[in-house]
Amino acid sequence: MNAATPTASAPAPARPRGTDEPPTVRWLLIAIALAFLTLFLFVPLAFVFYEALKKGVGVYLAAISDPDALDAIRLTLLTAAIAVPLNLVFGVAAAWAIAKFSFPGKNVLTTLIDLPFSVSPVIAGLIYVLIFGLQGWLGPWLREHDIRIIFAVPGIVLATIFVTFPFVARELIPLMQAQGTEQEEAATVLGASGWQTFWRITLPNVTWGLLYGVILCNARAMGEFGAVSVVSGHIRGATNTLPLQAEILYNEYQFSAAFAVASLLALLALVTLVLKYFVGRRAVDRQHSAEHA
Amino acid sequence: MNARVDRRGARRVLPGFGLSLGYTLVYLCLIVLIPLSAAFFKTAQLTWPEFVAVVTAPRVMASYRLTFGASFGAAAINTVFGLLVAWVLVRYRFPGRSLVDALVDLPFALPTAVAGIALAGLFSANGWFGSLLVPLGITVAFTPLGVLVALTFIGLPFVVRTVQPVLEDLPRELEEAAATLGASRWECFRRVVFPIVLPALLTGFALAFARAIGEYGSVIFIAGNMPMVSEITPLLIITKLEQYDYTGATAIAVVMLVISFTLLLAINALQAWTRRRQGALT
Repeated sequence: MNAATPTASAPAPARPRGTDEPPTVRWLLIAIALAFLTLFLFVPLAFVFYEALKKGVGVYLAAISDPDALDAIRLTLLTAAIAVPLNLVFGVAAAWAIAKFSFPGKNVLTTLIDLPFSVSPVIAGLIYVLIFGLQGWLGPWLREHDIRIIFAVPGIVLATIFVTFPFVARELIPLMQAQGTEQEEAATVLGASGWQTFWRITLPNVTWGLLYGVILCNARAMGEFGAVSVVSGHIRGATNTLPLQAEILYNEYQFSAAFAVASLLALLALVTLVLKYFVGRRAVDRQHSAEHA
Repeated sequence: MNARVDRRGARRVLPGFGLSLGYTLVYLCLIVLIPLSAAFFKTAQLTWPEFVAVVTAPRVMASYRLTFGASFGAAAINTVFGLLVAWVLVRYRFPGRSLVDALVDLPFALPTAVAGIALAGLFSANGWFGSLLVPLGITVAFTPLGVLVALTFIGLPFVVRTVQPVLEDLPRELEEAAATLGASRWECFRRVVFPIVLPALLTGFALAFARAIGEYGSVIFIAGNMPMVSEITPLLIITKLEQYDYTGATAIAVVMLVISFTLLLAINALQAWTRRRQGALT
């Protein structure tokens, strides 16, 4: 790379005047947009941390190391640790079937995979109560065998799987469709087995898109409130996830503790946004370099 | 017969079709389709007049009015400001632009309960916003206005994220041509830019609206949840569940599901329209 390439150092040609707004209009629009975002996004976010730390770091640390809070953290991590891998495997299988093969009803299947996003979280919880609850389809059988699903951990995991169901699949399907099947077909023709083709060709091509889906899936799994609230029964130390714990503390007017728990979830959201930003950029770079190759 | 074998043989060099499609269908049925069908089977136990009586009771009707009215209002607010934010992020350069761009997704990443208690705290009488607004006679917390605020928060990214890529791909030449032909900047926006972003704008509106009608976590803390006044439909479903009125809760849920599925189809159609519009330009 020569430093003195004339094209690089030449100033960009000025835009034609007719397609730019006057500076006053430009700054006014920026100001209105930023004011709106500040009021609706940044202030609420700052408020969570302010309320959490208002009574000092000691109170904050005591609130997040309370036994109930620790139980809630453990349950939240456990739920995500089950729901995310299951939906990851599903997402990869669904994307493989939909992107690499043609079959009738493909568009219907793609729409059905997106279905959980259009269902209210409350209804997501309700339908599992209808199946596994005491009066539900499987209620009597479950009671006979002393298996608890509703108001217990399995119900929380199931409801979480439902609400995070489409995340990985909907990232992978368009990505794998765009990449086509030539590389995999070449590998197969050259004698690679199906698994070899998948691990050596397909997976490396979609790593960043897959990570992107996993990050979004995980954030929702850890933060889900409505669906989990319906099936949890709010048993302290047993079926409370972090969002439910924040709700209980808030309703008991323990605001500092509620916001302390909430601040952990807000931190998770910020980490998610940072990861999403970098992984999203890598995914885009990757796609561009693939297109130019 | 021969043609079918040939066609399939040509398409299916790769292995794993049966396994992956089979697994996809089984998992989809177990997690999504069978549980959702439970709601419809449960409601089928009601006769039609019983069903109508449950889902049109005055308290239920009041909850629809609030849910759909506030969702529409919030989606409309987000359409106007979402277009503005998308425009500013795509067209202008200012310090902190990428940070702002990344933070627009906050409502997707922040758990709804956290948003709920933060907004309730901010707008309560002694909160940062409440202490400014209440003396002016504007009460947001524990009123329908609070529902509107919460739904505006959670719907914020939809319009921005649907309009942004369309604005980025908008060929500059179109605006240059309009300017050369004597259009003012405003005319150019109204008659060139706006028609191009319109499908994306409507898609964003529909996505924000669809998300808002089912929203629960961010709303219940700030709404006050008074029956007939500030009680949203998802909360009413939970209230009925807690009173062991499973049939009533499910009947209302079925109404919401039918509306959500209709919206999903409308959104799919809008997205197809957006892609066609964009495809025609590039």
